[in-house]
Amino acid sequence: MPRNGLLIQYDWCTGCHACEVACKQEHNFTGGMVGIKVHELVTVGPDKVHTDFIPVTTRFCDLCAERVKGGEQPACVKHCQATCMMYGPVATLAKAMEKQPRSSIYAPK
Amino acid sequence: MAKSKEEKVLSTLWSAGCGSHGGCGCEIFVKDGKVTRVEGDPNHPFNQGRLCAKGLALPQYMYHPDRVTHPLKRVGERGEGKWKQITWDEAYDTIETKLKDIRSKYGAESVIFCQGTGRDIGGAITFLMYAYGSPNWVQVGLAGHACYTPRLGAMYATHGHYAVADCSQFLEKRFEDPEYVLPKYIIIWAQNPSAGCHDGFYGHWIIDCMKRGSKLIVIDPRSTWFSSRAEVHIQNRPGTDGIIALAMLNVIINEGLYDKEFVKKWCYGFEELKKRVQEYPPEKAEEISWVPADLIRKAARLYANNKPSAIQWGEPVDAMPAGSVVSQAINHLWAITGNIDNPGGNVIARNSHGVTTYPFSSAELTELYGADLVKRLNEKRIGANDYPMIKGFRGWVQPDVLIEQMETGKPYPVKAAWIQTSNIIGGQAADPRRHYNAMKKLDFIVCVDIFQNPTTMALADIFLPVCTICERDSFRSWWQPLGVSVKAVDEVGESKSDWDINLEMAKRLATTPIKFNTVREIFDDRLKVGNTNFEKLKAKGGWEFPPKGDKTRPYYRYEKGLLRADGKPGFDTPTGKVELYAKRFEEWGLDPLPYYEEPKEGPVSTPDLFKKYPLILTTGRRSPVFFHSEHRMVPWLRELDPDPVIEINDKTAADIGVANGEWVYVENPRGKIKMRAKVTPTSHPKVVTVPHAWWLPETDGKAPNLFSTWDHNVNNLTSMGNQGKSGFGGTNLRSNICRVAKIKD
Ligand code: SF4
Ligand code: SF4
Ligand code: SF4
Repeated sequence: MPRNGLLIQYDWCTGCHACEVACKQEHNFTGGMVGIKVHELVTVGPDKVHTDFIPVTTRFCDLCAERVKGGEQPACVKHCQATCMMYGPVATLAKAMEKQPRSSIYAPK
Repeated sequence: MAKSKEEKVLSTLWSAGCGSHGGCGCEIFVKDGKVTRVEGDPNHPFNQGRLCAKGLALPQYMYHPDRVTHPLKRVGERGEGKWKQITWDEAYDTIETKLKDIRSKYGAESVIFCQGTGRDIGGAITFLMYAYGSPNWVQVGLAGHACYTPRLGAMYATHGHYAVADCSQFLEKRFEDPEYVLPKYIIIWAQNPSAGCHDGFYGHWIIDCMKRGSKLIVIDPRSTWFSSRAEVHIQNRPGTDGIIALAMLNVIINEGLYDKEFVKKWCYGFEELKKRVQEYPPEKAEEISWVPADLIRKAARLYANNKPSAIQWGEPVDAMPAGSVVSQAINHLWAITGNIDNPGGNVIARNSHGVTTYPFSSAELTELYGADLVKRLNEKRIGANDYPMIKGFRGWVQPDVLIEQMETGKPYPVKAAWIQTSNIIGGQAADPRRHYNAMKKLDFIVCVDIFQNPTTMALADIFLPVCTICERDSFRSWWQPLGVSVKAVDEVGESKSDWDINLEMAKRLATTPIKFNTVREIFDDRLKVGNTNFEKLKAKGGWEFPPKGDKTRPYYRYEKGLLRADGKPGFDTPTGKVELYAKRFEEWGLDPLPYYEEPKEGPVSTPDLFKKYPLILTTGRRSPVFFHSEHRMVPWLRELDPDPVIEINDKTAADIGVANGEWVYVENPRGKIKMRAKVTPTSHPKVVTVPHAWWLPETDGKAPNLFSTWDHNVNNLTSMGNQGKSGFGGTNLRSNICRVAKIKD
């Protein structure tokens, strides 16, 4: 079995938090538990201030094990409003990453 | 997880709970009569499977323990929080008796029908109001009508129809449609589209366009995710958007960058506009707006030289001094560049298939309820006779006039209010204390809502529990496509849908018999102009685009004679042209050309006062997880945005001794509220931004606390009575002043 993960092209992440709530709904997480968290990253460049958002998977991400069995995409991937997440075998994601600037791969499980 | 046993219902989101002006196609999963999940519908062209945090949190919203699920009657004093559960019959009987009594003593006009933002409520509330015989449909406290109406009015005056940035949303195949062309540039004017879907526009369509190559020009006092990615960021002083637009027109006209053929053939009043904009060179705009003249030139040139390009604008435009005038100036940018109803420009937006679910304008009200009734009732409509533009364009009460009338009883007293999913005290009204004091004195108040909130607690005599979108049928034609919301589960507790409540109430209160027996009959009656009905749309998956050649489908309809009632080519204006010199403004006694008006308070208008309150306060910063005053009680969402936060520049914060995360007072001559400081270089050093409509549902709901609304609702620092000459715009929601100080305990 190849190891699966998430490729997130964070340059497009708008910080809308849909992935987080999708994850909570899918797993019925309560009390702040969640599989992914989105952080705001503010940097000051020579000519302007930049706002970026960086989603990071947590120890509670199970890559939607139940859900993907039925052929569905993980809840966060499906609902990402900027369509900037991809799910699949890490090797495939790494290939896709070669062409995608400002992205990261998470392999939580 | 036995998901196989789940049933899936396809629906459209558009009501309280979903968190916006709606439009998303959704899949509602149901098991054992309960909603287990709400997801985006991948086959729906609007959102293509995506969904925002608010939509995804719907199950937690629906089954929230604090939800009110039975009709309630107030048993203590107003605000005491003492309620008794009653039956629907008792609630309806009480309302019927009271409202009939008030009508016979004071006339139907003494009852106001109050709604919040534009969702499926507009159709239902007007239906009830006209049946009862009142003309007074209102968003109470919405100073200067500052929510889309000024923009709509300006567009109506300029080209007879409304227009929106074309992100392929009018085409079923979306970006794949060969007719579609991508905007080369998108101007995002005073909006943060990733934080919501305002005015029926799915915010992330902008990202879809950016990914395909559209470039950005961003006009925003704040640095945002979008400004980070923009070619030009115009970081102007809040309230000065009008002069930015006028200076851009000046550059485009004087440098000859406009679409000469389009202007010659399709525009009226170009010479007058040309003359007017000579008063606004970019250097003058620089002085007023803080934006370098060359940056304004650059933005103007990029926009005009790259056709097609589109403008997506936000609510702050409405709240400018003379909001309808600023809207007009921005509208002229797409008009003189010919970016109107062209692919990738600003496309004319009409209600799908010609169906009216929600009557925006006086014309639509007339269509639904007949010219006689509307005309007769308009004689009594509050503020309509003071403002011809309101009378001529919008079938609503002017809210600044209303508050005066509630206080003085002149020309006639307001006696009762029917408040339906509207949190007046907790978010909608400017100067909420003034509204609280005035409304407390009304004889009778009904609130129709999902949760208790500052308004229901402070004012309701009868509370009617309404259900969420998953528990009701509804229909939607706000732009496109035509869609239906499908009831997926039974109503929680004894709650009912807005349409059900209003039809049942209308049957009891109508002066002439209601011809509809069921809500479904009303829907089908409205849908029949689109050659369809509820069941047909439901069977198709919940939505349908208009057929090719339909008047509500783009493009270039002005060439094809699809915009005017007489079928002639041209625009639906008195001259048949795009009126750069607006005849309708002239007819309404207004300047037909755009001009600049300075905010009433600030460094220019009140330099002395500004020394005392040296920061510009702009309110209404959107959170992607809340919609207006909604959702603060939903844990999945509140975890993401727990506190009311003021954004303040790092250097400014250092100067006044405020550290990140500290609680501060935000104070101005009108009041003082508490916010938590977020210290960030994304804020302009002279500007602070604050979200609106904060209250704390976890705190004491009884008066005087009213869920801490007086402590955290920024509208306590705003006022009524600043409306522009047209009755639209002009309030201090976006260009206010304040000082910020750390709370020492
Ligand atoms: S893959 Fe599933 S579990 Fe992991 S963050 Fe996304 S939604 Fe949560
Ligand atoms: S849903 Fe997508 S765009 Fe939104 S915060 Fe998550 S990763 Fe970012
Ligand atoms: S806010 Fe936007 S994404 Fe969310 S439900 Fe409303 S229309 Fe859909």
